[in-house]
Amino acid sequence: MSLQLDFPAVLERWTSFLAGAVLTLELAAFATVLGALLGTLAAVGRGTHNALISGPCKVYVETIRNTPLLVQIFLVYFGLASLGLKFSAFAVAVAALTINVGAYTAEIMRAGFEAIPRGQIEAAEGLALSRLQIYWHIILLPAIEKVYPALTSQFVLLMLASSVCSQISAEELTAVANYIQSDTYRAFETYIIVAVLYVILSLVMRAGFWGLGLVLFPRRRRLGTPL
Amino acid sequence: MQQNPSSDSIVSLRDVQKSFGSLRVLDGVSFAVERGEVLALIGRSGSGKSTALRCIDRFEKVDGGEIVVCGHRVDRPDVDLRALRQDVGIVFQSYNLFPHLTIEQNITLAPCAVKGLAHSQAKDLARKVLAQVGLEEKLHAYPEQLSGGQQQRAAIARSLAMQPKVMLFDEVTSALDPELTAEVLKVIEQLAADGMTMVMVTHEMGFAKGIADRIVFMHRGKVHETGPASILTSPTTPELTQFVGTGNLKS
Repeated sequence: MSLQLDFPAVLERWTSFLAGAVLTLELAAFATVLGALLGTLAAVGRGTHNALISGPCKVYVETIRNTPLLVQIFLVYFGLASLGLKFSAFAVAVAALTINVGAYTAEIMRAGFEAIPRGQIEAAEGLALSRLQIYWHIILLPAIEKVYPALTSQFVLLMLASSVCSQISAEELTAVANYIQSDTYRAFETYIIVAVLYVILSLVMRAGFWGLGLVLFPRRRRLGTPL
Repeated sequence: MQQNPSSDSIVSLRDVQKSFGSLRVLDGVSFAVERGEVLALIGRSGSGKSTALRCIDRFEKVDGGEIVVCGHRVDRPDVDLRALRQDVGIVFQSYNLFPHLTIEQNITLAPCAVKGLAHSQAKDLARKVLAQVGLEEKLHAYPEQLSGGQQQRAAIARSLAMQPKVMLFDEVTSALDPELTAEVLKVIEQLAADGMTMVMVTHEMGFAKGIADRIVFMHRGKVHETGPASILTSPTTPELTQFVGTGNLKS
């Protein structure tokens, strides 16, 4: 039994790999930003006392958390198509990933909101701040700070899960790998390279979140308490 | 908003009722605070004194009775909460400074966000109120870098920056050791000397005796005995006698 690896045959397609990796990162970036917004709104909505708002938020979160990502992607893909709406595979992928990660973000943010001591909110109310001002100035950042490691993991996981988007022919890293291995018949080498690229992308994202944390939480920087 | 014509009190409670479930916490509480007056609410744990204080700023909704604070009908459901809370400052036992903001940001937030004060003016204001509590040098510190006593003084400064007409203190020294308690009480004494109207729930009997114009002793949800600070040394009811006699009266 001998293992013969021929990396040069695969690596000569490095521009394709690079393009795939960049697209994966773009998918992840869009879905992270939009999903963070959607998830935060859903978490706020779920916490309100108005059942007309909290009900749909709860249904959204539970539906998404209890169905597979691939099925969600197909639902968005074929759903839009059957409505006669034409979108690029990239737009559909961003939409589906956003909807997916938004639900998980909502649950993480809800935990963050619940970890804010009641006294903080009373103090803010006592200073005549409005509900919106209290959310914006008093609750949001400390809540994010409390769940920041969990959020980071969730968004990195999202980037890795975006490989499923190859199924709707979004030209991201895994889709590129599928083409290359069928062209070159060097499947093992191809996926080794892809795995390494995913590791690098994960590290890039984690570094990005670390840097963002420095900006968002200046107190931690000042007092030297790492996240 | 409606002025109570029969009185020029800053705070007045009349026959206030409040229950938590089947537990009657306030059972017909009435008292009034005049401009510039310092009123101390004392009593055992569970006597309703903190609840009475929290009703003034509508952190608790009352079940019955009438509360008028700076012209606001606090007992009514349509009270303008944000207008009320611009007139009333409240300081809590647990300081409740915002941990992610510097002391300066803690102080300038509400004047800027609520009153629309310009940032530069708010910063001047922050310096002024911090000087009042003796913490000028902590302007750019974060709350966790301060001692408990300093945090409480910063919380008082934060309230003062909204220029309230009346200040409420809810057991503000209960979490502090005697030394830190003394530095906070000194700040409150200075406020009283400057003419601030104050209502304080306190367990510091010596302090209440020294600073309060009037004492309200609460017992089982009622105002059991009230009068000038001298009632602490010569109480008329057996309950107050027992309360001040159980070692509560520190000099």
